[in-house]
Amino acid sequence: MSEDHRLQISFVVNGRPVDTEIEPHLLLLDLLRDKLALKGAKRSCDMQVCGACTVLVDGNPVSSCTYLAFEARGTDVTTIEGLADGEKLHPLMEAFIDNAGLQCGFCTPGMILAAKSLLDLNPRPSVEEVKEYMRGNLCRCTGYKKILESIEDAAQRMQG
Amino acid sequence: MAIVGTSTRRPDYLDKVTGKGAYVGDLEIPGMAHAKVLSSPLPHARILRIDASKARALPGVFGVLTAHELGDMDPYYGSDIKDRPIIAIDKVRYEGEPVAAVAAVDLETAEAALDLIDVEYEELPVIATMNDALTDGAATVHQSNLCHESHYEWGNTEEGFAEADRIFEDTFTFPMVYHYSLEPHTVIARYDELGITVWDSAQHPFLVRNELARLFGLSLNRVQVVVPYVGGGFGSKSYIKIEPLAVALSREAKRPVKLAYSVEQSAKTVRRHAASITLKTGVRNDGSFVARDCQIRLDTGAYADNGNRVTDRCADQVPGPYLWPHLTVTSKGLYTNTGAAGSFRAIGGPQAAWASESQVDMIADALGIDPLELRLKNLGAPGDVIRQGKNPLDADIATGLKEAAKGVGWAGRGAKPVTQEKETKRGIGLACSVLNAGASPTSTALVRLHADGSATAMVSTVEVGQGSKGVMAQIAAEELCIPLEKVGVVASDTAIVPYDRSTGASRSTTLVGLAVQLGAKEIKQQLLDLASKHFEAPEDKLAFADSSVVFGQESITYAQLIRQMFGGPAGELMGRGYVTPQTEGPLKGLPVFWEMAVVGAEVEVNEKTGAIRVLRLVSVSDIGKAINPKQAEGQDEGAAMQGIGHTLFEELIYEDGQLLNPNLVDYRVPSFEEVPDGFETILIENEDGPGPFGAKGIGEGPIAAVAPAIANAVFQATGVRIKELPLTPERVWRALQAGTSGGHKVDALTEG
Ligand code: FES
Ligand code: FES
Repeated sequence: MSEDHRLQISFVVNGRPVDTEIEPHLLLLDLLRDKLALKGAKRSCDMQVCGACTVLVDGNPVSSCTYLAFEARGTDVTTIEGLADGEKLHPLMEAFIDNAGLQCGFCTPGMILAAKSLLDLNPRPSVEEVKEYMRGNLCRCTGYKKILESIEDAAQRMQG
Repeated sequence: MAIVGTSTRRPDYLDKVTGKGAYVGDLEIPGMAHAKVLSSPLPHARILRIDASKARALPGVFGVLTAHELGDMDPYYGSDIKDRPIIAIDKVRYEGEPVAAVAAVDLETAEAALDLIDVEYEELPVIATMNDALTDGAATVHQSNLCHESHYEWGNTEEGFAEADRIFEDTFTFPMVYHYSLEPHTVIARYDELGITVWDSAQHPFLVRNELARLFGLSLNRVQVVVPYVGGGFGSKSYIKIEPLAVALSREAKRPVKLAYSVEQSAKTVRRHAASITLKTGVRNDGSFVARDCQIRLDTGAYADNGNRVTDRCADQVPGPYLWPHLTVTSKGLYTNTGAAGSFRAIGGPQAAWASESQVDMIADALGIDPLELRLKNLGAPGDVIRQGKNPLDADIATGLKEAAKGVGWAGRGAKPVTQEKETKRGIGLACSVLNAGASPTSTALVRLHADGSATAMVSTVEVGQGSKGVMAQIAAEELCIPLEKVGVVASDTAIVPYDRSTGASRSTTLVGLAVQLGAKEIKQQLLDLASKHFEAPEDKLAFADSSVVFGQESITYAQLIRQMFGGPAGELMGRGYVTPQTEGPLKGLPVFWEMAVVGAEVEVNEKTGAIRVLRLVSVSDIGKAINPKQAEGQDEGAAMQGIGHTLFEELIYEDGQLLNPNLVDYRVPSFEEVPDGFETILIENEDGPGPFGAKGIGEGPIAAVAPAIANAVFQATGVRIKELPLTPERVWRALQAGTSGGHKVDALTEG
């Protein structure tokens, strides 16, 4: 790829401004993992089914495996690395730990970010609403029960 | 017991919820090249020619591997049967088989190099199915199409059938299923003059080490297998998979190489065995089981992988937990031109239980006996020898089955739950089986007590999500009488931690846990020696409490004892734990323990669409002692959900050797939408297992019993019996049409 095909983009990642040059076809997942060393988002199905690569773009969950980095210009991107407040874990993280809402952990960053966007939209979702919203995030380990319990617990914690 | 038996915070969770936990794909090794594999487009073909010269000449390419580069070694490998070449030699046996591999400066360059490799094939006849494999005069995948056969019998089955009042004969089929661990197979390999290091997503690091050492002609100490967090395994990362290919490519490229497979490549690398099982069962009118003949065929695909053990274990499990006066079992693993099949959670178990427990329900119906009563009447009790030459049953299946029946609202054969909606029908089904678990009792551990009284347990169990790191810490802390926070666990690096056979077969808590406990006990003995000298008191007057040895009103901390021994704030004590087939106690003979598989399911069947909804699912496991109850439940919930997947829709579909659904759009796995409204795990704890504190392994049982429980529930709901999986809406709808139009159940029973 010749130099003149490169694009300049600026956006915010986890609260910090990023200015970088990218190739037009670069995927957001590769930008985050390979150029910004943010390895929390994972690649699994690579076709927008599993949600392991979920990050938040302006608060909305996207599958970064099929999202062009260029499309993220001017946005505010949150990855799992940006969710804790320093040493203080996000209530969703605390709830996943306390309710054993994970096993291998490969789905977990995407799962927690998707759940965050759900709770931001709907602070007290019913179980049915959680199932419906979260169906784009797969977990092969837990059988989902303890993830549902984690999200319900987090919702309560976030209400204070 | 304050630490064992408590759902303590797992040490790996913090890493994982913050995204800091590293998996192989997250690692960067200095100088690392990126690899891509050229896969065969054909399922069975002779390779006439490979020309990789253009690829080699491409700038940025560090090395290209084909069979040609393996001339200096014996390139065949496998867990027992060494039938798999590191890369295709002379012919390809499945669509997707690696034919060439490229290491390059980046993935784009590697990909571009693949396009420059020219391969000429001559197509061979395709052995697409097990029927093809068994056809007289058919082409062969290897020397023959029979990979492995096992057989056992007792009594006299023919005489048994003559004694029986009724004989039932049915054939059941089970599909190919893909593990889909979210992390596909990934490995980084470094081959240099010092030896081999691989960073691996693997369940059995020591078996990978041993096989790499053999292949590349190195002593064991020169091969290091490092396993960071693993993103799910379920058997797909057992034994050895793509490691030899990555090492050979690193040798060629003269630098570390990362090989990260896609979901499609992983699905073709390993899957569960499809099965066809014919059971002929003779019973008396009062429901007593008299004789059974079991004929099993398993599709192991292009290579054996672990197919020999799966063939044996399916044979072990097909009689179920019942007492059979007369029994004959023959099991054949067959080669076909499809991706290889190997271990998958509860190897051979789901196939065996699907056939056995479906037929038990059919027999109950034909005899007019309650299916729960029929099972209870024939079940083996703890202490009974259910398989000749094997350890007696140590699980109380009857109690488990009654618990499941209660949990799912079983009210007897005729007592069907009703539904308000016209086109839906509800039913409840039960199933039980038993798995010979634990693999073999070969595990070691090293426990270190440091000069400040903290400890490190060193084990090779892989943290694959099951929570082994936390459990090993709990066991060490409990045994040493020190706080949980004072114990660290170092795991799964063959250059550092001592030997363990494998992570699988529900064995880690029982066997590696026992090794950790024995290691801690050896340290305690050393502490007693030291304290006995210190207090000038006999050992039997000493006790342990709170990181100290106590003598009457006096006490001395472990730290003080270690400092006394080494003459200052230095040194440490080491305790070894060896678990072998000679270990005192119940580990003589196999299996290490019998793992129960007990499930009750309530379903709703939509008669218009054929769609099944699982409303309630209850699984029961006999865990002996739950070291960490919440995570134990999580194991069974995960197993049950995987069972729901292969029951309702999961199936790899091969047509003439081509995999038609090699991705997550076309191969669906359960999502949040499949979670039953009532989803419960019951753990029986009698502290009677062979592991530490009376523990025994769980986590595989439910996956074996879900399918027959659901099919039995569908039968109660609709009167239709389906003998093929998965129970897709189309299959159910067709069965309903066939079942109702003739006024008969779909499959008439054969009566003797
Ligand atoms: S990897 Fe992006 S959705 Fe699966
Ligand atoms: S915890 Fe393993 S995939 Fe969700």
